[in-house]
Amino acid sequence: MFFTYIYRELRRRHRQALLTALGLAVGVGLVVAVTAYASGVSDAQDTVLHSLYGVGTDITVSQTQKLDQAGPPRFDMNPGGQDRQGKAFSRDAVRSAPGQKSLSASKVTSVESLGGVAQAVGGLTLTSIHVSGNFAEAFSQGGAQPPSGGSSNGSMPAPSASQAPIKVTSYSIAGVDVGQTGLGPLSSTELVSGRTFTSAETSTKVAVLDKAYARQNNYGLGDTIKVCGAKYTVIGLVTSAAGSSSGSNVYIPLTLAQKMSDNVGKVNQIYVRASSANDIVAVKKEIKTVLPKATVTTAQDLAGQVSGSLKSASQLADTLGKWLAIAALIAAFAVASLLTVSAVSRRVREFGTLKALGWKSRRVVGQVMGESVVQGVLGGILGVVIGVVGARLIAHFSPVLRATVGQTATAGGPGGFAPPGMRAAVGQAAQTVAVHLTAPVSIQLVLLAAGLALLGGILAGAVGGWRAARLRPADALRRVD
Amino acid sequence: MTVAISSTLGDTVLYELTAVTKRYTQRRKQVDALAGIDLTIDEGEFLAIQGSTGSGKTTLLQMLGAMDRPTSGSLLFEGRDLAKLGESDLTELRSHSFGFIFQAFNLIPTLTAQENVETALVPWHVNAKERRGRAAEALDGVGLADRARHIPSELSGGEQQRVAIARALVRAPRVIFADEPSGNLDERTRDDIIGLLEELWRERGQTLIVVTHDTWVAGRASRRIWLDAGRLEAPPMGDRPGAEATVAPVPEPALQA
Repeated sequence: MFFTYIYRELRRRHRQALLTALGLAVGVGLVVAVTAYASGVSDAQDTVLHSLYGVGTDITVSQTQKLDQAGPPRFDMNPGGQDRQGKAFSRDAVRSAPGQKSLSASKVTSVESLGGVAQAVGGLTLTSIHVSGNFAEAFSQGGAQPPSGGSSNGSMPAPSASQAPIKVTSYSIAGVDVGQTGLGPLSSTELVSGRTFTSAETSTKVAVLDKAYARQNNYGLGDTIKVCGAKYTVIGLVTSAAGSSSGSNVYIPLTLAQKMSDNVGKVNQIYVRASSANDIVAVKKEIKTVLPKATVTTAQDLAGQVSGSLKSASQLADTLGKWLAIAALIAAFAVASLLTVSAVSRRVREFGTLKALGWKSRRVVGQVMGESVVQGVLGGILGVVIGVVGARLIAHFSPVLRATVGQTATAGGPGGFAPPGMRAAVGQAAQTVAVHLTAPVSIQLVLLAAGLALLGGILAGAVGGWRAARLRPADALRRVD
Repeated sequence: MTVAISSTLGDTVLYELTAVTKRYTQRRKQVDALAGIDLTIDEGEFLAIQGSTGSGKTTLLQMLGAMDRPTSGSLLFEGRDLAKLGESDLTELRSHSFGFIFQAFNLIPTLTAQENVETALVPWHVNAKERRGRAAEALDGVGLADRARHIPSELSGGEQQRVAIARALVRAPRVIFADEPSGNLDERTRDDIIGLLEELWRERGQTLIVVTHDTWVAGRASRRIWLDAGRLEAPPMGDRPGAEATVAPVPEPALQA
């Protein structure tokens, strides 16, 4: 009887019922679409932060060196006597990334022992500068003859009015703690082919290359590359997330990196993972106490520096989208309630009759509630459909978003070489990452939508039921029509 | 023959009303719908309540049918004072002891004839099978077994009122109330319906209380009372075609209880 009655009543006023359900559906659909959009934006932000920062890294610690202490990179090159004139030269210099002061490796342990720190890993970021060319010949015109095997990573003529062109190439090297590859320089990359380091390879001359860098220089798996005069076997290729250039070009075991740059027992970057996301702020404070001079950067700090269209998208989701969805939801609830009340008002005599027949008020209210809940369920189903379609449309038509981090660029490293791996964290240069916006609809979101529509139905039913409950059996005798 | 039956049924007192009043407040104006009614109704009576519009006859029906409580006075039904019963007791009473027939039929427009009759059994929580069986039986009793699957708008006025009668009878109530049962019907259908009610009353011996301003309908009753401005009145002269023994010329003696 209960369901028959609901079914018959809703079929009789199917237009109104459909309108109510549709109203709820639009409200709920908007919530789904906006939430999906917001989580898409959030995913995009994660992607950006991931590419700049590394997965699992909550905090990075580095210490900035005062520029006057560092000085420009020097080469132990002496043009020297006349006998060397006209001869070719080629030199490598590997130094700690400009502006980065090295920290004792023991600091990693002391950071790791702090409360709230799950893991701390040291990393050493280096820049290798390779200079090659011919010594100037006395009184001769420049016989431009680029040395063979020179990388095309970036060449520039010597700034001075030197007679011979000098080729300078640089690439970045990251020393990776092979025992803990999950955190550290490699964590912001994704393995494309080959493998990364095993924990036994502390002093093995093996290297992992950035795929783009490898392609530029025609390196492949199993090839041998020369780093600072030593030969390394390429064991793996990685890409930095979102195709950004934030990673290093070459990754080698930390111990070897320390040795080649005279940094034994030293690191210049500490990657920290907190036990819980809630601890990050506290951990940051603790690290500041232990290392007062260090620059401590958290993902939040970095997120605060994100600007560009991604930021606008996130603000749009936060402000306009949220309020639009809430307003639509309130409107849908109000419309559903009003329509239900008006439906009850038109059935005063009907409900009065049922009460005269001895139906308990509860039973009459239950009937009104039942009808309304069915509308809510219908609205929920329609709403999820609208929301999913809306989310798909957003994902389909949305432009590529751009995020720029660290626009407050300070002076670049001496000599103009800002190591790509360090840009974001140190905030030395702006970096732009492009991401595609998605609008994922999760199961929880679908359930939330269905729940909201149901809530709307229950709310409308409660309002209509309240009206029905106040009807008296004597209303059966009202001479309306 | 009406006389004969009613005279044999004087034994059990069903209703005893003492100084019953009902006051409504409409737009800050107080209306005394009932201004002190003293009345006794015996079990098995066919009572016609007559009166002009606004005389309070429908209000009296509401009081008797436990749809509303009097403002003052006592209204005893089988010894229980309805004026003092709570909402749930009144609901219980309506669902078990009373049946209602309305001028506008008051069928649920979306439900079939069969389902409409079933609505009367909903408060009883009987199982669906029994509910259907009893409803079909009641429909058969009013000669509408073949119309069971039709919704009200597919039925004629007379048929709708028959469905309503089946709905009232399906619970075999102690009292059946009919508020202008023929008010929306033409004369021939009226004769049918009133004939049916009278026949059922005679067969089952239920108390039948009919509010009507139709003299012909009232003429079928075993007793008639007149209301005017909320009070019981003597029958107006010329209203009755002939002297009927069932008609109480004056209200029952007051202050009995």
